[in-house]
Amino acid sequence: MKTRLQEVLEARRAAGEKAFIPYITAWDPSPRITVQAVERLVRAGADALEIGVPYSDPLADGPTIQAASERALRAGFRLPDLFDLGPELVRVAGGVPLIAFTYANPVYRWGWAAFCRDLRRSGYAGLIVPDLPVEEAGPLREAADAEGLALVPLVAPTSRDRIAAICRSARGFVYAVSTTGVTGVRERLPASLSALLEEIRRHTSLPVGVGFGIGSPETAAEAARSADAVIVGSALVKRLAALSQPGADEGTILDELESFARSLASVLRKPEEGVPKP
Amino acid sequence: MALPDERGRFGRFGGQYVPETLMSALHALERDYFRWAEDENFRRDLKRFLADYAGRPTPLYFAERLTEHAGGAQIWLKREDLTHTGAHKINNTIGQGLLARYSGKKRVIAETGAGQHGVATATVAARLGLECTVFMGEEDTRRQALNVFRMKLLGAEVVPVRSGSATLKDAMNEAIRHWVEHVEDTFYVLGTVGGPHPYPLIVRNFQRVIGDEAKSQLFEKAGRLPDAVVACVGGGSNAMGIFYPFLEHDQVRLVGVEAAGKGLATGLHAAALQGGKPGILHGMFTYLLQDEYGQVRPAHSISAGLDYPGVGPEHAYLYETGRVQYVGVTDQQAVEAFYLLAKLEGIIPALESAHAVAYAVELARQMDPGQVILVSLSGRGDKDVETVMRLGLNPGGDPA
Repeated sequence: MKTRLQEVLEARRAAGEKAFIPYITAWDPSPRITVQAVERLVRAGADALEIGVPYSDPLADGPTIQAASERALRAGFRLPDLFDLGPELVRVAGGVPLIAFTYANPVYRWGWAAFCRDLRRSGYAGLIVPDLPVEEAGPLREAADAEGLALVPLVAPTSRDRIAAICRSARGFVYAVSTTGVTGVRERLPASLSALLEEIRRHTSLPVGVGFGIGSPETAAEAARSADAVIVGSALVKRLAALSQPGADEGTILDELESFARSLASVLRKPEEGVPKP
Repeated sequence: MALPDERGRFGRFGGQYVPETLMSALHALERDYFRWAEDENFRRDLKRFLADYAGRPTPLYFAERLTEHAGGAQIWLKREDLTHTGAHKINNTIGQGLLARYSGKKRVIAETGAGQHGVATATVAARLGLECTVFMGEEDTRRQALNVFRMKLLGAEVVPVRSGSATLKDAMNEAIRHWVEHVEDTFYVLGTVGGPHPYPLIVRNFQRVIGDEAKSQLFEKAGRLPDAVVACVGGGSNAMGIFYPFLEHDQVRLVGVEAAGKGLATGLHAAALQGGKPGILHGMFTYLLQDEYGQVRPAHSISAGLDYPGVGPEHAYLYETGRVQYVGVTDQQAVEAFYLLAKLEGIIPALESAHAVAYAVELARQMDPGQVILVSLSGRGDKDVETVMRLGLNPGGDPA
């Protein structure tokens, strides 16, 4: 089954370029800011967007995204807000696919099938569930397939003989976790990354994205040498966190977010084309 | 059929809901466990450490004055409070510590609530020459400052966890995050019959020594099976340990006592089975305290060791099959039982264990003097004396 997410990423690959996938947490610190941030990130060159679903126990996330989840929950986020927010996000994203990044429990509680139905109805194109390994993902995968949503699986540096089964289950793209660890910016990516990506490509022709630890144009360029897509979360979330500081200037912070995102996207494009203009 | 099944399920509960990075480590742990559990040297070491280091077998004690006080069935206490470090937790940490060493790991990590599992892990790590880091909610480091110092004394590093509710749940999140980062060289000594498969299986098997001993001791002393077995349930490791050998005896009533905190109706409790719904946390599918949208709700209990919003998946299974009955005991009732046992038997129980004592007394009243209740006295109460003192509660009347 070819999903919209896969088509978008393949189109970038066909052009000899790499895709840029930013992550932000929904409602951090308000739904209005989430809409504005998505608009800015799309303008800066995002090919798809991950929208984090705030959760009380985000155990795959480092301190930056944990704090974003806490801010969003304090702001009053409840799961139905994810669906309510969808159409507005879709409007400002203008065709750029949205992927929900959520832990398993809120999905289970809502119902695997109901969650996928409501996700699709509100305009999302896919989902990522970091605490649902391939062995446990059966019911959700079936529900996602039925709605034409891409359930994107993760492959870790420790996956080894599990890679084949994970790739068989993949839809949209395969999300390669750059390092063993939780989300968060790192100075360097491990040298073994390209070997991991080679191994993944032996088992799938789907695009491969790399995430976890990428927070600068340098690390983005490094990841892009072997990946089809580069995912950046904490470095962006850290910039949005400034909005929750007293006396924060919204316009300046969003401008900074956009120009930083642009600096990431630019290293993924062919030099002659440059960066998409606003 | 023996549970869990090959997918780590007890009926519909259990499983492995963890980040992909940990999956190969969990498979390796399962292989290592089954390999060493059958190994002659490992078994000999385990037996020797349990006997000469932890002080097993622990006594089975007939609580004569408590029995008289209740005026019904005989109450027998399985004295896990008399083990080295003062709680049943040592049974499991010796097992997992040896497993770490046999598997070639030099470093262990653990989560802790009351600090008992942290102390037991730090103790075994010191003895086996393993480096040790313990994650503990900041709130708990205040409630249990003495145990923090004990762990440091034993050479462990204690990391206070500030995220979320800063209690056991968050300490476990942080331990899992740390394990994800250091999975190649670190052994995670999980303290309860929870978490992803194979932990619920491994911890139960290391804790069943409680029930195995109690069963043969009771045969020796009273020539019979108990009519009821009572144990407190937070994550549920002492309860699973004492229940397990009795599961096959349908005539033995099994009662798990959850922390009802300020009362089940108030919402301020830690009774995941009686007050929660099925959900996914810390790698397992089990009963959880959560809101209607699947956000995990903080638990409340006077006892830090029971202050956990989930419960081991085998308990969830035994709850749904009805084989084990789960009841609630409030903070207030637990503190009263704490005083009662101190005054009548000269035994100061852990507040966790006081929950089991409280229910056992109530149950004994409804039963005949010819009947026998076996209670898991899972830990001693030294660590809780300060908490009880601060409460200023004085239900017993005189110890002021």
